[in-house]
Amino acid sequence: MSILINKDTRVITQGITGKTGQFHTEKCQEYANGKNCFVAGVNPKKAGERIFDIPIYGSVKEAKSETGATVSVIYVPPPGAAAAIWEACEADLDLAICITEGIPVRDMLEVRNRMKAKVAAGGKETLLLGPNCPGLITPDEIKIGIMPGHIHRKGRIGVVSRSGTLTYEAVAQLTEIGLGQSSAVGIGGDPINGLKHIDIMKAFNDDPETDAVIMIGEIGGPDEAEAAVWCKANMKKPIVGFIAGVTAPAGKRMGHAGALISGGADTADAKLAIMEECGFKITRDPSVMAKLLKAML
Amino acid sequence: MKIHEYQGKEILRKFGIATPRGIACFSVDEAVKAAEELGGNIWVVKAQIHAGGRGKGGGVKLARSLDEVRQNANAILGMQLVTHQTGAAGQKVRRLLVEDGADIRKEYYVAALTDRATQTVAMMASSEGGMDIEEVAHKTPEKIIKVFVNPLVGLTDAQALELANGIGVPAGSTAQAVATFKNLYTCYMETDASLAEINPLILEGNGNIKALDAKFNFDSNALYRHPEIVAYRDLDEEDADEIEASKFDLAYISLDGNIGCLVNGAGLAMATMDTIKLFGAEPANFLDVGGGATTEKVTEAFKIMLKNDKVKGILVNIFGGIMKCDTIATGVVAAAREVHLSVPLVVRMKGTNEDMGKKILAESGLPIIAADTMAEAATKIVAALQ
Repeated sequence: MSILINKDTRVITQGITGKTGQFHTEKCQEYANGKNCFVAGVNPKKAGERIFDIPIYGSVKEAKSETGATVSVIYVPPPGAAAAIWEACEADLDLAICITEGIPVRDMLEVRNRMKAKVAAGGKETLLLGPNCPGLITPDEIKIGIMPGHIHRKGRIGVVSRSGTLTYEAVAQLTEIGLGQSSAVGIGGDPINGLKHIDIMKAFNDDPETDAVIMIGEIGGPDEAEAAVWCKANMKKPIVGFIAGVTAPAGKRMGHAGALISGGADTADAKLAIMEECGFKITRDPSVMAKLLKAML
Repeated sequence: MKIHEYQGKEILRKFGIATPRGIACFSVDEAVKAAEELGGNIWVVKAQIHAGGRGKGGGVKLARSLDEVRQNANAILGMQLVTHQTGAAGQKVRRLLVEDGADIRKEYYVAALTDRATQTVAMMASSEGGMDIEEVAHKTPEKIIKVFVNPLVGLTDAQALELANGIGVPAGSTAQAVATFKNLYTCYMETDASLAEINPLILEGNGNIKALDAKFNFDSNALYRHPEIVAYRDLDEEDADEIEASKFDLAYISLDGNIGCLVNGAGLAMATMDTIKLFGAEPANFLDVGGGATTEKVTEAFKIMLKNDKVKGILVNIFGGIMKCDTIATGVVAAAREVHLSVPLVVRMKGTNEDMGKKILAESGLPIIAADTMAEAATKIVAALQ
């Protein structure tokens, strides 16, 4: 098993005809069962055409009803990306994965609140991964996103991180010492996003084929601390934790008041301390994440 | 993107928030003329730089005559203003704001910002205006009132009233305070701000509510739809190297250490900086070359890093995914040749076409030190400096 996606997942690509969408769709098709998984593209102007032998539909709804796909991946450029997320949600998909980097925060605030309102009104919940994320992969089954497939091996370790290259770093370390991955998930680096560390940790905890997890975070925001507190009470599997940004200058990205509202708990040191207190094996040396995990198995 | 106070006040007025009358000036003569034009017998001369804490640093002065306006403008314009936000070097004052003096009965604080945890807009207000709000939050957190606004609903009357009552606005001024808060919320949303802060927001002797300061920060992802805000950009207030880097689509931030680092991906870049520190040195910069680095981009990245005289060594850490290690290696070799690199260079490469990349580096004839892990790379660059 795995979390969120597997070889039987059927995927719609929103923004399939753009340069980025084309490039990565081809790579995803080439990976494992990709040929069978990527079944539809969406572009209202090119409905009826095909790309890489994938049929293009005019809307997500139509793509879903024609193919039975339940997941979408979004490469739509920033100005239209939030609308693309909402379209996936309105089509009642299970999961939308938004790769797009650079979406205005206000657009994300609005679409996230619309998604929540829909669920509150009894509508189906569509999970969102990202935006500004590398996507996720279940090795040897399916890859949805922009990560390099070849560094992964099938196995029993979960990986979750905000950063793309730091996820790859953890995966490569694991693969190098003979530990495969159940799933590797990049939740993205934007302040307003969908699935958070806590959601992915819950999924790994419930997955019988995940034995242990590497959780990687960054400075800013309360998410890692929230996940750590949940793990302390609920997680039954060993976790190695790393937070990037011990040396990052304060207030460089996040304004003065931004640091205030999160109560000062969003420095790397503060997060590492909470994670350690919650039973994580933490490290300040990102080169040893996999080795530490192996020692805990 | 940050803007000046006088620009922020222009925006506030557009959204119906009262401010003192004021005129932006670029010279001492302009400042005196501005005071004449405003009339009255009391003015405030305010340094316009992007950092906060200007008053404490001597960048805000009261004048009771045109002579005093001239004296103050003379003293402030051109000064190297040091505040807790500028660092020790301070920031040169190139613009002034000359304003009507205000009759301050009480100072409040109000701000709008995005709250990540609740995915709403947080509106915060405090009775302790005019102070460093972080200090208020630390010492007397009960004096900060917060409401969370669903962007689909907007700031409701009830929420605005909760803020006004929570900070003790007198009954006669409540309606004005409520309107100010609602206007500030609208302004925050419509301008795609990431921070809109008024500190202090004042109650005047006559009961009117006015914004005595304005601090804005805007979401850089949304600037494409706000040419009117982009027009406010003041490059003099920004780091020249960071501007240069952004032209090449490089995310660069200069720091205080002596090891330059060039990395792909923000998370990995921070992790690399942390590793440098862990092994006993300090990073000289944050530099993310992004996903699609070319030889040209890598060369520019080297040039920008080396502009910093403090840099005594460079660490390149690349995880090749879509970006291939051989492409980067070719770029690194070309860049090192072009800039006649004279400081030690350690390169760590992993991922796609790793072996090809390593071969290119090894065969370049350049004294490039190879490393397999981040820890090894950091150890080697630290050793090379000694």
